Order: sequence, then C-alpha cells, then structure tokens
Amino acid sequence: MNLVQFIMETGHYGMAGIGAGLAAIGAGLGIGNIGKSALESIARQPESLNDIRANMIVAAALVEGAVFFGIIVCLLVIFLK
Amino acid sequence: MQVLRSNNLIINVIIVLIRASLSLVFGFLPTWASGNQGKGFDAGQMIGDHILDAHEIHFFTLHEGQPDEVHISVPLPVILYSREFGWDVFWSSAFHHGREHQTAEHSQNATYSADTPIHTPKQPDHSELPPGAHAYGPYILYKHKIYLAEDGGLRLGPDGKPLNKRPLDLSITKNVAGIFLAFILLFLLFRAAAKAYQRQGVTAPKGFQNVLETLILFVRDEIAKPSIGPKYEKFLPYLLTVFFFIFTCNLLGLIPFIGGFNITGNIAVTLTLAAFTFALTCLNGNASYWSHIFWPPGVPKVLYPLLIPIEIMGMFNKPLVLMLRLFANITAGHIIILSFVALIFIFSALFGPLAGYATSPFSMLFTIFMNLLELLVAFLQAYVFTLLSAIYFGQAVEEHHHSASHVH
Repeated sequence: MNLVQFIMETGHYGMAGIGAGLAAIGAGLGIGNIGKSALESIARQPESLNDIRANMIVAAALVEGAVFFGIIVCLLVIFLK
Repeated sequence: MQVLRSNNLIINVIIVLIRASLSLVFGFLPTWASGNQGKGFDAGQMIGDHILDAHEIHFFTLHEGQPDEVHISVPLPVILYSREFGWDVFWSSAFHHGREHQTAEHSQNATYSADTPIHTPKQPDHSELPPGAHAYGPYILYKHKIYLAEDGGLRLGPDGKPLNKRPLDLSITKNVAGIFLAFILLFLLFRAAAKAYQRQGVTAPKGFQNVLETLILFVRDEIAKPSIGPKYEKFLPYLLTVFFFIFTCNLLGLIPFIGGFNITGNIAVTLTLAAFTFALTCLNGNASYWSHIFWPPGVPKVLYPLLIPIEIMGMFNKPLVLMLRLFANITAGHIIILSFVALIFIFSALFGPLAGYATSPFSMLFTIFMNLLELLVAFLQAYVFTLLSAIYFGQAVEEHHHSASHVH
C-alpha cells in the first residue's frame, strides 16, 4: 500500500502508529545489540557475569528511555490532536 | 413456568462456572454475554476499565444488561471535598444503589453514608444522565470519575467528556486499596521474618524467611554494594522498600480474580516513586555531584551555556524515564494479556459464539504464556528500578579525584 496514501487516509493516528513501530524497531536493534555483545562477553569471561549483567541492564534501560520518548510523542499526537 | 425457571438457573450456574474458570487467567471479567445480547463487544472499553483506577473493586457482573443486573464488587470509601458541599464520606456502593432505587433510599442502603447535604439544589433526575452514569446526592459517577451535578445533570462536551466541575477526590480508590493491601502483606511477612531472627538469631532461615533473605541479600550484594560503593548502608532501607513494594504491586496485578489491581501501571504511583529517588539523589548529592552539573570540569568556559542546561535536563530526565519505564512496561503487559482474552469475544461478536469457543483454547494458551512472561517482567522491572535508583545514588555520593587527565 502506498505510504503517502495511508498517511493521508488515517491522518494523525496512522502517523502515530508508524512512529510507534519505528520506536519499536529502534528498541529491537538497540537492545538486540546489547544482548549480543553481553552474551559474547559472558562467553569469553564467564567469571564477570554479574558485572556484565548489571551493565547490560543499565544500557538496555538507557535505550528504553529513548524509545519511551518516541512512544510518548506518538501518544501525545493521538491525545492532543 | 417453574421448570423453565429452574432450567434458567442451571444455565446461569453453568455460565457463572465458565466465567469463574475464565477469570482464573485474568483479573476480572469482561462483558461476557454482550455478544449474545446484540450489543457489540467493546474491547477498548473492557481494557480501559481494567487499566484505569476505579471507585470499587469489581469482580464480575451477573445478568449483564438485564433488569436484575448484579455487580459482584467490593465497595470502597469515597472521600470528597467541594466548596459547595464541604466534606462528604460514603461508600461507593451508594452510587449503584441510586440507579435502581429512588434517591430517598440511599441512606438505608449505604452501609455508612454522610447525610446527604441539605443545601443540595436539586436531586439529579436519572433520566437525564447518560448511560453508565450513577448519581448519589449532588455527585455523579461517570466513567470512574466523580463530577458535581449541574442542574441535576451531566453536561457532555462535543468529545463525549463531561464539562462538569469535579470535587476534590481523596477517595480510597482501587489503586489505593491495592497499595494498602501491599503494605499489609509486606508488613506481616517482614514482621514474621524479623521475629524469627529475633528468636533464633542468625541461623538457617525457615519457611518464607528463605525467600525474603534471598531477595534482601540480592538487593544488598547485587544492587546496592556494586552501584553505590562504601556508603551503601545509608540507602539500603530505601532500596529494599522500593524493591519489595514494586515487586509486590507487580505481582498483585498478575493475581487473577482479585479485582485486577494495576498499581504500578498507574503513572501517579510511578511518579511518586521516581520523585522519592529524585529527592534522595538531590538531598545526598555531594559537592562533586553538584559541581559536575553546574561547573562541568575539564570543559572550556565557552561551552558552559550549552552544557549546564543539558546537565540540568539530564538531572530531571533520569527520574522521568524511571517513571515512564515502570508505567509503560506494566501497563503494556496488562493490555497484551487483556487483548488476548478480548480476542475470544471479538471473534464471538463477529462470527458467532462458535468462533468464540474455537478461539478460546489458543487465546488461553497465549494468555498463560504472557502471564508467565509478565512474571519475569514483574521481577525485572522491580530490579531495574532499584538498580537505577542505586546507580543515581552512587553518582550523587561518589567522590571524584580531579586531575588534568580526568575524562568524562
């Protein structure tokens, strides 16, 4: 389906939906990367598991924070239309 | 006629049993029979009813949409203040009695009710109220919010939202009741554990003490010590409190058939928790913490106008994201679980009851899977909140040893 046509037809809601989807893609890429690197590091140095886990969660939390801002903007688009 | 009635009774009992077994999977029941009665099933309404705060703990409704409709729910105290009517305290069941009976019977039906204010201008006429609104005295309950009646009715704006003034609402709502429940649970559990330690000293723990000891040591050794450093003991009470509170509230939201508490999925609750973390960070911030915000070291002075606003924004950013993360994770989990359950009724409304029955096994499987996933999320979010709080405290009390080669 033509994206422009979709946006024209659905208006703000469509835009907000696309935005939420993009935010989810960003979160997936970011957190996936963190998980990948963390697993690699744990495989290399299993003894530093605790440090790696704590830092992994902090990094994932920071990525999530950025994603939440995207999602909040999408919600604002819907509610403050 | 008598035979027909007893048949109806059996069918009703069967329906109630089906509802009860369904409700083992999630906290409360949607409008089960609405598909059969010609009304469309509104999934958004059902999910909203669950997610949002309410003035009663609602379990389910019998005979939905019929004259003998019965709400199985626990009423909660309503505490209101308005300039016109002063303070008013009554049980929320008063609203629902007002629907079937005349207003004069209110005080008999309500277990405890303040006298209906004498200077009420006009009793609301029930025929004027939109569907779903309940009146008691000068107050109207509409979509879980209480409004002041104007000329005995509710004025709806073009977007369907009431334009009436709202009284100051300090009620014990569903969320507040859930928080009290969490308090009582935690108090009883920890008191029992503390007494056990007092009685037998530091020996091998027994019973539930095992769980508490594991979690407390986890918070101390995995969260507080590595993130805060040598001064961790000062913050341990707060970290433990916040960890156990969030964890208990998250679990309360997952226990089915107790009214579907959504405590940590309420942004006001998470805002309060994040505000505590923010206040403690600010109060315990040492000179080096504040100087990093207002006099960033190792930076040319020209960049100060750019950097200081960013640092100040970052200071507020941390609790804001803390608030949003917990709220969004828990709310999203509840919405997903409810959506899977709602699928049954959506299919039932679209293609007839048989499609609903056919969908239900898959729906239930996904719901159980999501419930298990939410169990993990319940722990993970409590852990993340506590860990990030501890890291912020650690930043606030950390002693920097400045040197020319200091890198940020």
